[in-house]
Amino acid sequence: MSVRRLAPDEVQPSSFSFSPANKDRVDQWIAKYPDGRQASAVIAALWIGQEQEGWVSKAMIEHIAGLLRMPFIRVLEVATFYTMFNLAPVGEFLVQVCTTTPCMLRGSDEVVAACKKHIHPHPHTVSSDGKFSWMEVECLGACVNAPMLQIGSDFYEDLDGPKTEALIEALRRGEVPQPGPQNGRRSSEPLGGATTLLDRAAIIRGPDAAHDRGQAIEGNAKISGEVGTAAPISPGTAR
Amino acid sequence: MASRKLIIDGNEIEAEETITLLQACEQAGAEIPRFCYHERLSVAGNCRMCLVEWVGAPKLQASCALQVRDIFPNKDGTPAKINTNSAPVKKAREGAMEFLLINHPLDCPICDQGGECDLQDQAMAYGRASFHRFNENKRAVEDKYMGPLIKTIMTRCIQCTRCVRFATEVAGVPELGATGRGEEMEITTYLQQAFTSELSGNVVDLCPVGALTSKPYAFNARPWELKKTESIDVMDAMGANIRVDTRGRQVMRVLPRNNDEVNEEWISDKARHARDGLSCQRLDKPYVRKGGKLVPASWTEAFAAISSRMKNCSPQRMAAIVGDLAAAEEIKALKDLMTGLGVVSLDCRQDGAKLTASPRQGYLFNTTIAGVEVADLVLLIGTNLRWEAPVLNARMRKLWLNTNVRFANIGKAYDLTYPVTQLGETADVLQALVDGRHEFSNTLRDAKRPMLVIGPGAYCRPDGAAILKLAARLAMDTGMIGPAGVHEGGWNGFNVLHTAASRVAGMDIGFLPGDGGRDLDGILAGAQSGEIELVYLLGADEIDTERLGNAFVIYQGTHGDAGAHRADVILPGAAYTEKSGLYANFEGRVQMANRASFPPGEAKEDWAILRALSEVLGRPLPYDDIDGVRKALAAQCGVYASQGLPVQPGADPQIWNAIGVAGQVEGAMALASPIRDFYLTNPIARASETMAECSRLFVAGDLKLAAE
Repeated sequence: MSVRRLAPDEVQPSSFSFSPANKDRVDQWIAKYPDGRQASAVIAALWIGQEQEGWVSKAMIEHIAGLLRMPFIRVLEVATFYTMFNLAPVGEFLVQVCTTTPCMLRGSDEVVAACKKHIHPHPHTVSSDGKFSWMEVECLGACVNAPMLQIGSDFYEDLDGPKTEALIEALRRGEVPQPGPQNGRRSSEPLGGATTLLDRAAIIRGPDAAHDRGQAIEGNAKISGEVGTAAPISPGTAR
Repeated sequence: MASRKLIIDGNEIEAEETITLLQACEQAGAEIPRFCYHERLSVAGNCRMCLVEWVGAPKLQASCALQVRDIFPNKDGTPAKINTNSAPVKKAREGAMEFLLINHPLDCPICDQGGECDLQDQAMAYGRASFHRFNENKRAVEDKYMGPLIKTIMTRCIQCTRCVRFATEVAGVPELGATGRGEEMEITTYLQQAFTSELSGNVVDLCPVGALTSKPYAFNARPWELKKTESIDVMDAMGANIRVDTRGRQVMRVLPRNNDEVNEEWISDKARHARDGLSCQRLDKPYVRKGGKLVPASWTEAFAAISSRMKNCSPQRMAAIVGDLAAAEEIKALKDLMTGLGVVSLDCRQDGAKLTASPRQGYLFNTTIAGVEVADLVLLIGTNLRWEAPVLNARMRKLWLNTNVRFANIGKAYDLTYPVTQLGETADVLQALVDGRHEFSNTLRDAKRPMLVIGPGAYCRPDGAAILKLAARLAMDTGMIGPAGVHEGGWNGFNVLHTAASRVAGMDIGFLPGDGGRDLDGILAGAQSGEIELVYLLGADEIDTERLGNAFVIYQGTHGDAGAHRADVILPGAAYTEKSGLYANFEGRVQMANRASFPPGEAKEDWAILRALSEVLGRPLPYDDIDGVRKALAAQCGVYASQGLPVQPGADPQIWNAIGVAGQVEGAMALASPIRDFYLTNPIARASETMAECSRLFVAGDLKLAAE
């Protein structure tokens, strides 16, 4: 991480305003806080602004400061504190490559090398066609599918060098590759398919388990459902 | 107030629950090192230097952020034990010092903070002495621009955020901030604009290291070679307590002194940085106008010129005006001299104030500066507090931050750094309030401790006396006048705000038109028409000197300003740092300024000039030394017998009925502060290059202070 400053004046837009739809979203955030506490919505406002423009500009900071009745410096503090706010223009696709330990051990260096080759040798720099820029980020919480990268709100997982190159080229051609694991596996299941819990009949759906204690004890194999409300009940504690 | 027992370093003490552990430790006599904690700012708790051991707690505690009420006794009921000097505490301090010093440059020999640096001192006292492990490269930070008064060397910054908190909380100008985070955290103004506060210089005092230093003072002196003299500021009428640091004859810098009743520990940028004006444009020898030109003369020649002119002039055709910076002693001496000669056209109100000599409460800030903090409604009339008394304005802001006070304003609206209800611009609104016709009348009547501040924008106008009358009426009608003694439970909410350090002393001494005498306007009109032939100006530069006509003008003062340019005889006097003098601030508080250096060249102390002149004129004043003047002064007005603030007599309707003159107020003209430029209000400030640059930048330039 280097010192975070606003982008140079040459690239700063002269003005900023939220699109009507985004203005509505910002207003909803502002409405969540009591009167006089509008400043609490600053992170949300910056984030919505960044979703709209791709990066946080000086004009955006000043527009949001006016909207939330905050001094400019207070908004600048927030924008420079959080590295998720991009302070310089980014490509149409911002490729965020995780390089934290699990991804690094699983080969994120190759992913980074692919980005250097197909996007730009330097991070935070827009590619010549304006479509891409890339950056290293800290753990995005998908270690089980390492190495991975994020584009927009999509995770592309189980990558290696060639797969990353293919991904970038596909995006460049205007295709939308399927997010998720890129090596054919489903979610975080083993590569060759599931190896346990294959007998679906033996799986008792979690929420029902709470109602049907007998079955639960009998089956002695429990997983909680998606809602995760039902804790496993063992015979010893059953009332 | 509830209190708790604590055992601090083995001594049992009883500490109030509302204070912090750090304060309790200090009460117990323990010294707690700190960087980020400052008692007049909010608690940040980020330097970790004030860690102490609470026996039984799993970790050391940041004593600045721990309140005594949160420290519970031991299970057996014995008071909690706090150690401020145990081995873990020492180790933690060494660790904190090590972290702070990891990125701190070793440039103490070229640092202006050297010798008065908290980091330097505490590294000596609490740092790791045995070895060091600073093997990595140090972080470097780009310097930031913060205006003409603050020099930054940001690599030295330890991120205590005192300056950020000061700007946000005290100055009310939230322009400083900390960008980035962690090692990349940097203190800056928004996009490196100048810090636009009249109190900006105080961040230099607050900075515990050499990151923010005084730009005009850069590389000028070391603290140990300066002579420190306690004095009183005269740049406004607040009487801020200052320390004047001199080397040889030159005033190197001015710093605030702590006085909770007056300036706490802040001073305005004018008080701090006008000091270079003390060595520019100085009058260092007498001058006499010969053939239309001012030529240097000896004291004898100058006195002879005055004496020969005065002999041919009847006292009715003579007048004297006192300027803004005069000490009480010379006002007294001039008054005695003029009265002895039979001169009755005297005035100390060179701003044209329509204030009268009695009652004394009629021209004082009766609530007192500290008393302001218990007000619940403040009505401002014709004043721009931010420029007329910036430190008082900071106190008002503190009041707004800490209480539910309401501010209302009659007159031009200024940005005072806190919200003010604008009632209207003209004096009509005041009349409506007095008549109870205004929608704000009820709010005013319901307030428990309302106060009003009437500024020069109101009382200096031609209808000033009528406005004063209305203000006094309003004060009486709305319960602003209660029993005496704000701190003894009484209340007095009638306040006159002065802008000149000499004004209250002038009023006390009665340097006002005598029987048949002319006031300022009369003197100037008389000089124009030829009815006044001789005018004695004691440092009066803010009058319209064009209107002095053909009168023979004697100017006694310090700087070659407006008065001296018009003068026929110039008598060089001593500036406020060059003489011992009594000043009464707008509360009526008498304070003494001590002499820090000597006047330049042949210039003399002002009372002594007048004493010598009186001898030449054949009417010697009855005192030969400064003590003699002070005795005479004390004999005339008892309050000058001692320093401090006498308790004013309380609610006597007679007093309040005597203020002002009933009359019609001018309805069309807005009440506006007469101060056009905060940085250039007196001869010293006008001679100062620093003030000129501030004026150019903040007042004349794009960065308009009031126009935010």
